Parts: sequence; structure tokens; C-alpha cells
Amino acid sequence: MLSRVANSIYWLGRYLERAENYARFINVNFNLMLDLPPDLKEQWEPLIMATGDHEHYKLRNSRYNMQEVIYFLAFDHSNPNSIISSISKARENARMIRENLTKETWEKLNETYHFVNKASDEKIWKKDDPRDFFEDVKSRILLLYGLADNTVARTEGWYFRQLGQYLERADKTSRILDVKYHILLPSANEVGSPLDFLHWMALLKSVTAFNTYRRLYGNISPSGVVEFLLLNKYFPRSVFFCLKEAEQCLYKISGANGDGYSNSAEKAMGELRSKLEFDDVNDIISSGLHEYIGHLQTKINNISNKINDNYFQIKDNFASQTMGQE
Amino acid sequence: MKVNHEHQHSFYDEMYDENQALRDHYSSFGAFIENTSAKKLNQLQYSADKAQMAMGMTFNVYHDKEGSEKILHLDIIPRIIPGKDWNKINEGLKQRITALNLFLQDIYNDQKILKDKVVPSDLILGSKDFLKPCMGLTPPKGIWCHITGTDLVRDNNGEFYILEDNLRCPSGVSYMLESREIIKRAYPYLFNKLGVRPVSDYPAKLLEMLQFLSDKSKPKIGVLTPGVYNSAYFEHSYLAQQMGVELVSGLDLMVKDKKVYMQTTKGLEQIDVLYRRIDDTFLDPQAFNPNSMLGVPGLFEAYKAGNIALANAPGTGVADDKAVYAYVPKIIKYYLDQDPILHNVPTFLCREEKDRNHVLENISELVVKETNAAGGYGMMIGPKADAEEHEKFRQLVKSNPNNYIAQPTLSLSTVPSIVDNKTIEGRHVDLRPYVLYGNEVEVIPGALTRVALKKGSLVVNSSQGGGSKDTWVLY
Repeated sequence: MLSRVANSIYWLGRYLERAENYARFINVNFNLMLDLPPDLKEQWEPLIMATGDHEHYKLRNSRYNMQEVIYFLAFDHSNPNSIISSISKARENARMIRENLTKETWEKLNETYHFVNKASDEKIWKKDDPRDFFEDVKSRILLLYGLADNTVARTEGWYFRQLGQYLERADKTSRILDVKYHILLPSANEVGSPLDFLHWMALLKSVTAFNTYRRLYGNISPSGVVEFLLLNKYFPRSVFFCLKEAEQCLYKISGANGDGYSNSAEKAMGELRSKLEFDDVNDIISSGLHEYIGHLQTKINNISNKINDNYFQIKDNFASQTMGQE
Repeated sequence: MKVNHEHQHSFYDEMYDENQALRDHYSSFGAFIENTSAKKLNQLQYSADKAQMAMGMTFNVYHDKEGSEKILHLDIIPRIIPGKDWNKINEGLKQRITALNLFLQDIYNDQKILKDKVVPSDLILGSKDFLKPCMGLTPPKGIWCHITGTDLVRDNNGEFYILEDNLRCPSGVSYMLESREIIKRAYPYLFNKLGVRPVSDYPAKLLEMLQFLSDKSKPKIGVLTPGVYNSAYFEHSYLAQQMGVELVSGLDLMVKDKKVYMQTTKGLEQIDVLYRRIDDTFLDPQAFNPNSMLGVPGLFEAYKAGNIALANAPGTGVADDKAVYAYVPKIIKYYLDQDPILHNVPTFLCREEKDRNHVLENISELVVKETNAAGGYGMMIGPKADAEEHEKFRQLVKSNPNNYIAQPTLSLSTVPSIVDNKTIEGRHVDLRPYVLYGNEVEVIPGALTRVALKKGSLVVNSSQGGGSKDTWVLY
């Protein structure tokens, strides 16, 4: 497969997953705010902190109210990670490799792009309750995943998209968990209170993990939720699960036969995956969850850079080789 | 919905004859239109617009600004061509393309037709589209013009005339294919009833033709595009997708030991055939325009060495020049010893004194065209222009006669079209069928029908307010 095409497919996977997760972030925070006691102020700042967009946000905004935050995370073209930016970039990548996509995939993605633009024209962020829109974004992206699942051949392109999707999801799940760090409780005494409990529940719901968690762990406890979202071996949105899948994608792409890594991307991925495989949740919490998550995100970025080096980069000597002909 | 066709007497209308009665091949469809409410028809039109948007059948207006993508308006009333008329077009185009291919092979090799003074040497050798690097070359299988999209018009006497031979990178075939899919949704039951010939196997035929150009049993094939910001990018990616081949840009390719390779995730992979949608002179900065960022350095050397087939072959542009056009009847006679089946529009060559004087005297009745401009630019329609414009073109013709031709103003035929969701009125159309030249010459039984949406307008180009219609060729 052409390097340029592989690159576009990988980023198509990442941008779609990013848009879907941002829709989840916004809805879960909205729901959480509905459950707050009447005397507590709405908190939208934690979302901006967790997505890592705060530097950017501060350039244009001074307050963290609902409308401004939702606009910034969903419709602001100047925010490179907003839903509208991610969907536009996903579509732009899809357009560049349209010949590699099925007709239905392209059309559904294209429709989603027009859908988001229309919502932007209608200023959805000013509505009292914009949740329907974010549910729709989620459903449309899940529809695309379903289409891919059932129509795309499991060849190289499939694995590049999965690779992008799982790496992005690993990053975003870690950020969802980090929202909890940034949400302020009224006082330290509230740790373990019903309000604290509500927060943890909201986190689980944002990744459609609540029921599964209940069945597997029963009681809601901080260490339970952290373990579930970071280390669980079977839940498809846990960071470990995502890294394990992403690692498999790399092996499928390189054709390495299980005798260990064959390039620097596989090496970095394997290191991080095995670290999570053997880490203990109590150690993570006692040494600091927020720091652990920050470290994790750095490692994930590093893996993405290694993938770029190994598969996408138009090599410098490519141009000089060409020029050196004749 | 009532069709407003009373004012059509001076033009040939494809649907109604001179007695305002439906022509035979339109009888079922015409009855359907007349018996369907305006509301229903507008709904069908609306669905067609929506479908085009969803399919992304758009062209870019400003590539970097959101929401600036436009669709080429597709009118839901089809242009129907009866089998009898089509057979003549079919035979005529085969004859013409065969002759033009022989012409290209000749002028880049023995130049017999120039030596015999059938076509003036200076016209060919002095043309900027004559590519000297192609001299002495015979492309794979001797084919130069693999894909052609010839423009035809029907005059008020009902005859089809050739307007332009497009032998370079004719576009629009994706509209022919996708429009058909959309219109099929609008009239599902009419297709069978009328016996509309299918066009959906075009990509398969195109692929077969491209494969034919290589002697390998499983040649690697690609569509070469200038990139995502080219206005025809939709078509490039569409064709690559439909054929299941690679869509490549210049950046994906490199030439090594006179062979062309793609850069893949598994290293370099050789490519054997390119359906190139980049103009001749941008193909290879080493052989042609050194400033081209789109092409592949060394591509032409690889082509000369026979390691890559290019469709269309570089150098075909010289044969679809508007001045060369005037000689095509003679070219057909010269190579095939046949009379042309399809006629040219009578053409005055301003380079010839007698013709030039006629043009200067009658400029207000003629269409004056630049010989190597396209897209409806660089032309003047005499009866529609004012005295100032006439004088401007007189001076242009005098100062550079080689650069201009003139033709009588044609009365392009009309097809009823939905106007502003309100009325149905005749609008002028042309016809662009597509011809593939592989193992044999084959005319695809369909076409792009372009329609001038503005009342009375004769300019059908999409860049100047034109739309399109699905074209139904009947058995």
C-alpha cells in the first residue's frame, strides 16, 4: 500500500475516534452537571484541562461557561481537535484516499461532515440542551465503524485504520479518567461522598462502561474504576486493551511472526503494553494517577512518531535519489 | 407538469417535433412528465440534488474555505437518443478516432501526410502542442488516444456535428456514471420499459483497456492525479476506486533505472500502466516544463524505454487543436479512404486569406474561437456580442490569424429542463460520448449531456453556468 495512503487511513482512524470521544466528553459533563446539588457551580473547566486544549482555549476565552466550552470543543475551527475540525480532517483524509474506501463509507462520512456543518450553522451550542446532536455524532461514527467491520477486507489498510483508532482511544480513555483529577470537590471531606460517587459513575458512563463495570466489579470504588479503564484485559475501551489491539495491528502490518518486535514502533508499543500488563492499580494510585496518565500520553505520542518514521515518512533520500537519476 | 415548448420552433427540440408532438422515443417519458405533478417532480429534483451532495460529486470553488463546494446541477429530465441516431454516432466516432490515431502515429514518425501536403507542415510542427521529444516514438500497441471525449452538437436540421475532439484528458465520465445511478432512483421502472443501454461497465472496460497496454499478465495500474485540489479530483479518485487500482500523485512515484516505482509501506513497487490525468507538459520536469511540481522526474525516459504505458500518450494534444480540426475530414479520407460519417461544423481558418476576409466581413454572424483555448474561454459568439466586441476580435484575428478560427453560429438543439422549480422549458445541450481505444475502438452507449441553464445561452461549460443531464441511449 502507498505510504501516503497508509498515512491517510491511519489519521482517518484517529480523527474519527477523536470526534467520537469529544462527543462523549461533552455529553457526560452535561449529564454530570444535571446531578449537581443546587448550590454548586457548573464545572466545564475540567473538560478543557483533560483534553489538553487549555493553552489554546485561553487564547480566546477567559471564562469556562457551558456555551463557550461546548463551542470550543465541538464547533471551533481554530481548535484543531474540535469535533468539526476532526470530522473535516477525517473527511479530507478520506477524500485523498477515496479509491481505497467503499462507496458507503465515503458517503456516510461525507454526510456526517455536512451534518456537523449544518449544526454549526444552526448554532447548536446555544441550545439549552444540545445532547441530541452529540448522540447523533456518536451514532454516525459508530455506524461508520459498523460499516467498516462488515465490509472492509482485513488487509493492510484495515490494520492501519484500526491502529489509528485504538491508539487514539487509548489516549482519550486516559483523558476521560483524568477529568476526575481536575473536577474539584467542595472539600477534601467529600472524597467517598455521594457526589464523588456520582463523578466516578459519570466517567464510566461516558465510555459506555457502567453496566459492564457493575457486572464485573460490583461496587463503585476509585481503584476499581481506574483498574477497569486502564488495565482491564477484556473491555474494548480500556487503555491496555487498546494498546494490545494496536500492537497486534503493527504485527499484522509488518508480518512479524511473533518472535518479538521487528521495528522501533513495535518495540515502543510492546514496552508500553507490557508495562500496563504488569502494573498494579494500587501502586498507580499511590504514586499519583494524574502523573501516571501524563506519562502514558507521552508514551503514546512517541509510539505515533515511531509509526510515522517507519511507514509514512517520505524519506529524504527519496527526492535526492530521484534527482540523482540520469 | 406542463412542458412549455411553443417557442421552440427555431431550434431542434429533442423531445418535441415541429408539430409540437412528442417524438416517438420520448412518448413514454413525455407522457410521464405531463402526468406528474409539479410537486412530485420538484421532489425528485430535490432528492437528486441531495444525493449528489452525499456522494460528494462536488467541485471546489475555493479549496480552503469551508462550505464552498458546489455540485454540477443535474437536471432530472434525461436526454434520450434513439438507437438509430446512436448507430451513426457510434460508427462515425470509431472512424474518426481510428483516423486520428493513424494521424498521430504518422506525424510523430514518417510525416507522410505533411509531405503529401494534405495538412500544412507549419500548422503541425509550429504547434505548441507538438511534442518534439515524441518524434520516432510508437507507444505500446501503437495506440495514442486511448480515451476520448468528443463533443457533438445537433443543429436545427437534426444532424449531429462534431464540435471538438478531446484527445488529451477529457473529463466528465464520472458524471455520466454517477448521474445514471441518481436518475435510476428517480425513475426505477422506466429504464426497463424504454430499453436504456447500461453504462455501468465503463470502469471495467477502462481497466481492460489499460491492462491491454502491458504485456505482463498482471500489470500494476494507477491513475495519476495532480492532487486533491484539482477540480476533477472527484473523478480521478472515483475511477481509481471503481477500477480497484492505485490513485497516485507525483510524490508517490519515482523513476529508477528507467522503471517507475511507487513508494509503499513495504518499499518500492513497480508500476506498469498510468492513466494520467496530468497535462502533457507537467508529466516530467526533466523532459518538459522544468517548473512542474506535479510530475515525476524521469517518467518520459521510462516511457521511451517502454517500461511504462501512458494513457493517453503524450503528444496527442496536437491533433485536437481547433485549426487541425478543420482538416480532420481530409485526415479521414487520407488514411482510411472513406468519407466522414459525422460532419465537422464548417470552419473558417483565419490563417488562410480567403477565409480570413470572410470572417472579418461577417464577424457579427460567426463564432470566433482561439485555436488552443478550452472551457468556453477565448471565444466570441457574434450574434450575442456588441459592436465593440466585434471590433476587438477583428483586431485579434488580424494581428494573430494563426490563432483563430471561426464557425457559423450553431442552433444547438434543446431538451426540456426544469427551470427554477417552476416551469419546464427547452435549454440548449451538447453531447459528449466517451470512446475507448484498446484491443478495438469502442464507443460507450451513453454520454455526458451538458446543458446551458441560462435562457437562450449556448455556453454549456460548467465553469460558465452549465449543468448536466443523464443521457439515455436506447437499443
